[in-house]
This record gives sequence, structure tokens and C-alpha cells, in this order.
Amino acid sequence: MSEETVSRPKGQDFEASLERSDKRVASFEHNHRGVMDHIQKALHGNPTLVPVIVLVLSVVIFGVIAGGKFFSAFNLTLIMQQVSIIGLLAAAQSLIILTAGIDLSVAAIMVLMSVIMGNLAVSYGVPTFFALLIGFAGGGAAGFLNGLMVTRLKLPPFIVTLGTWNIFYALNLWLSGAQSIRSQDIDANAAALKFFGEAFKLGSARVTYGSLLMIVVFFALWFLLNKTAWGRHVYAIGDDKEAAELAGIRTDRTLVQVYMLAGLVCAIAAWSSVGRIGSISPQAFYEGNLQSITAVVIGGISLFGGRGSILGALFGALIVGVFQSGLKLAGVDVLWQVFAVGWLIILAVSIDQWIRKVSA
Amino acid sequence: MTQEPILKARGLVKRYGKVTALDQADFDLYPGEILAVIGDNGAGKSSLIKAISGAVIPDEGEITLEGKRIQFQSPLEARDAGIETVYQTLALSPALSITDNMFVGRELRKPGFMGKYLRMLDHKAMEAFAREKLNDLGLMTIQNINQAVETLSGGQRQGVAVARAAAFGSKVIILDEPTAALGVKESRKVLELIQDVRSRGIPIVLISHNMPHVFEVADRIHVHRLGSRLCTIRPGEYTMSDAVAFMTGAAEPPAEATAA
Repeated sequence: MSEETVSRPKGQDFEASLERSDKRVASFEHNHRGVMDHIQKALHGNPTLVPVIVLVLSVVIFGVIAGGKFFSAFNLTLIMQQVSIIGLLAAAQSLIILTAGIDLSVAAIMVLMSVIMGNLAVSYGVPTFFALLIGFAGGGAAGFLNGLMVTRLKLPPFIVTLGTWNIFYALNLWLSGAQSIRSQDIDANAAALKFFGEAFKLGSARVTYGSLLMIVVFFALWFLLNKTAWGRHVYAIGDDKEAAELAGIRTDRTLVQVYMLAGLVCAIAAWSSVGRIGSISPQAFYEGNLQSITAVVIGGISLFGGRGSILGALFGALIVGVFQSGLKLAGVDVLWQVFAVGWLIILAVSIDQWIRKVSA
Repeated sequence: MTQEPILKARGLVKRYGKVTALDQADFDLYPGEILAVIGDNGAGKSSLIKAISGAVIPDEGEITLEGKRIQFQSPLEARDAGIETVYQTLALSPALSITDNMFVGRELRKPGFMGKYLRMLDHKAMEAFAREKLNDLGLMTIQNINQAVETLSGGQRQGVAVARAAAFGSKVIILDEPTAALGVKESRKVLELIQDVRSRGIPIVLISHNMPHVFEVADRIHVHRLGSRLCTIRPGEYTMSDAVAFMTGAAEPPAEATAA
């Protein structure tokens, strides 16, 4: 029936010349791989290098400018203490941003849970242990609500959490009657709420349990994200949700779990915040969500999802703390701290964009 | 055909409102063969493949795998039953490593306490397995098993996706337009890879618009037209222009081809 019946050639006629073709694959440029290419590739493999370098540099520079005052063990542990709450919120925020989302409600969840824990334990005489448990459950439930709306209603995370930010804030004002719970009342009725404000001495350094908590939470989440299948799925979803779905990940279920975990971390931050500020105020940490996003972005985690290490957010929070402390000790006006942080954000995102362009 | 088909479909119907995408479609895949599926745009190829791979649930008809009736509710179920699909988009996560991508959804855990209670992954075992599988398929031009998939070339990515499909004891592999986005050299590599997978005894369903590629590697060609199987032909007995004529309705297929 055809002229092709006799023998089937291997490949097509026009491919015959392939035998003699140049077997190198796109080898131009290789000889000209410059220093910048190497840097770009190294950063692509390890995006947390940038915040680490910035942190070390800023510590060294402020150490030189502000001298011994900055470098004292007291000051360095004070910085840890100062960033401990924003650090925890940044940990929660990192989880969401790794899935290519954003959570504007982290600080609102935290304040709402601190109000719930405080009111139950101080005003209603619920044992502190149960007040804390209810607070943790509430944090998880708030995250569940966010996650449910993102996955079931298919709304963008920005919109969902913009909405719940306001909702949680309003609930918080309603439950607290816009009243703070005074430090003395907490001491008298539920001293354990302030546990993370306590500290132990290490030479002249004063390390609060809250600072340690932040570091423990970061390492636990790092383990979860990098050493378990669940963590790899979180990255895969942030990278390309559709591909992750086709590859067999139950993306919606995992996303809801991510939002719940972030809510739980916010509730842990709520407990720690009582120790940090001493009282419980419904007006506290109003800018906490934006500060957490700042720490995450400076920490080299991509806002487009799937890239960066959660430890970067820890370094990001510390960088902001080091800038604030260093500039203050150097006698610089507060407004320049804000100015510097603004440039850091833009620099960090520019570097992220540049890293993404890496090729093999 | 004396053998029983490993994957068989009879009388599949799928309607989308007034549109009938599958109209009493039949399908047979025999053990160890490469079956190409060709058809014009809108002929219902995709619906057929989706029905087999669990992505759509047919309204009527039945599908059997190794003689057992199957009804998939999701692609995940099809995969668990041994039907692996390599999508045109490949479904790889670009920022994750080759190893992570190969094991997505079926990761290995460490033995003992770390794996059981902390659910820690056994990266070493996964890397060794991934390296072995890529080696088997002659894809070891990739030096670093931990490099991100986005740093690979198009052909290498296709290779990783095919290796992933072939690595986990699958019974059938469906390849959707594997050479559509590739250059001449890379297409050649992928075609060799397809034949290599077949030589391991895994039957392959190849969906392609590229007639030269289809005629080169396929053992049989399933021509889909107007929602059902028009005929099945052997590439040695017909020309590419015959196949295109059947596919587009320019010529009637001979009776013995439609009976198969």
C-alpha cells in the first residue's frame, strides 16, 4: 500500500545529518562565566545567603559605628528580645508566603488570641492552662477559616486575609471592650501567661524565654518544611499549584493545613507577647502584619512562592532589629531607621528577581 | 491479536451539555506495545485520554485494566492503579530538585524513630533511587541530582517526567505530546527514551500530532474521529498521508482496520 512498507528508517531523513552535528549543547558563554554568574548561581542554590551576609555585615558595621555599646552581650540579647514577637509572626507569614499567598491577618489573630487567653484566665477565672489551650485552638480555627475561604471560595489570599484582618480586629475590640488587661491583674490571676517574658542570666546577657521560643519555633518549622514530605509539598504548591495537583498532591487539603499551622504559630506568639509587653492590649501590634511581611521579604523568601528558607525570615527579623538598635545607639533619628528598612525591602526583592533568572 | 489487552475501554460516552465529546468510543492497549493516538483537534482524543487517566469520569461505558473493571474518581486513583500520565505541562515543580520531583506524593521516610514519629525523609535513599532510575534511562548527563528542575533543558525535563512515570512499577504510561515543545535533537532523545521504556515491557500510549514521530515509534495507531475510534492501523501498512486522510475524513479506512 505504500513505499514505506519495506523498512522503517530510524528517525527521519532530515535527521540523518544529526550524526555529524555538533554534540555540545549550547556551549557558548561557558568560557565567559563571570564572577556575577557564579554569585547568581550560588544564591539560586541557597537564597538564604543574602540575608546571612547582610546580617553579618550590618552587625560588623554597627559594631564599628556604635562601638562597645552595640556589641555588648546585653544589647545583642536585647535585640533578640525585641524581635521575638515579630519573628514569630514572620514564621507564620513565611508558611503562607511559601505557598504563594500572603496573610494580612497574622497580627490580628495574635492579638485576638492574647485577648481571649487573658480574658478567660484573668476575668473569668479559667485555669491558665485551659485558657492557653483554648487560645491555641482559636488560632488554629482562625487559620482554618482563612484556609477554607482560600481553597473553597477560591478567593485570593490577599482578599481573604484583608477581610479577616478587619473581622478579627473587630472581634478583638468587642471581646476586650477596647480595654487593656493590666499587668498587676495578670500577675495576680494568671502569672503563667507572662512566662515568656522571664529571663535567665548568661554573664551580662539577659536571655528571655521568649527569644528562645522564637528560635525553637523556627527550627521546628524548618525541620517540617525541609525534612518531611509535607514540607516538600508546601514548596511544590507554592511553586506551581497545578503541577503539584497533577503530581498527586492534595493541594487544597495541604493549603488548609498550612493556614491552620500559621494560625497556631500566631497563638503561640500571642502567649509570648503577654510576657514581652507585660499587659494585654487590644491596640498592640497593629502594624505587626506588615512588619512580618518585611522580615520575610528581607529574609529572601520569594513573594511568588516556593523559594527561600524559613530561616531567612528569622534573619530578616534580626536584620530589622539590628538596624533599629544600631542606628539608635549611633544617635540617628528614628525616621532614618524606617527609611533604611524601606530600602532593604526593595533591595531584597530586586535580588530575588535577579536570582530567578539563573540558567543552567 | 491473540493476547488480551492490558487496558481496554468499551462504549465510552462523555457529554458536555449538548456536545458529545466521546461517542461510544472503544480503546485497546496490548502488553508491551506503543500505541499512538491521533486525531484532529476536537476529535475527542483528550477526552478519551482523560477518561483513561481518571481526569474525567465517563457518563457511560466501561474500562478494564488487566481484566478488572476500574472506575477512577481522580488522577490519583488512576496512578495508584498503575496508570501514569506524563502531561504536556509535565507537572514538575521548577524550584524543587530532581529527586524531590521524582518522589512527590510517594516520599520515602527514614527507618526507625526519626521516620516513624518525626516523619523525616530519607534523602539519601531517594537520591540513590533517583540516580539509578535516571541512569537506567541513559539520562545521566544530569550531573547533580539535587539541582532544581528549572535549570534543566526541555528534553532533560521531559526525561525526568518520563523517568518518574516509569520508576514506580507502573503498568501503563500515557505520554501527552511529549515532543511538541522540543527541538530536533531533544525530540530524538525523547523518542529513544520512549522506545527504551517499551523495551522494559511497559506499554505506552502516545498522543501526538507529529506524524513522523508517530510512524517511527508506534506499533499500532489508533485513529480517533468524531468522538470514537475510527480504525487502528499498523504504521508499516499505511503511509502518513493515509493516516491523515482517515483522521480528517478525506478517505474511508478499509474494513479490516475498523474491525480491529
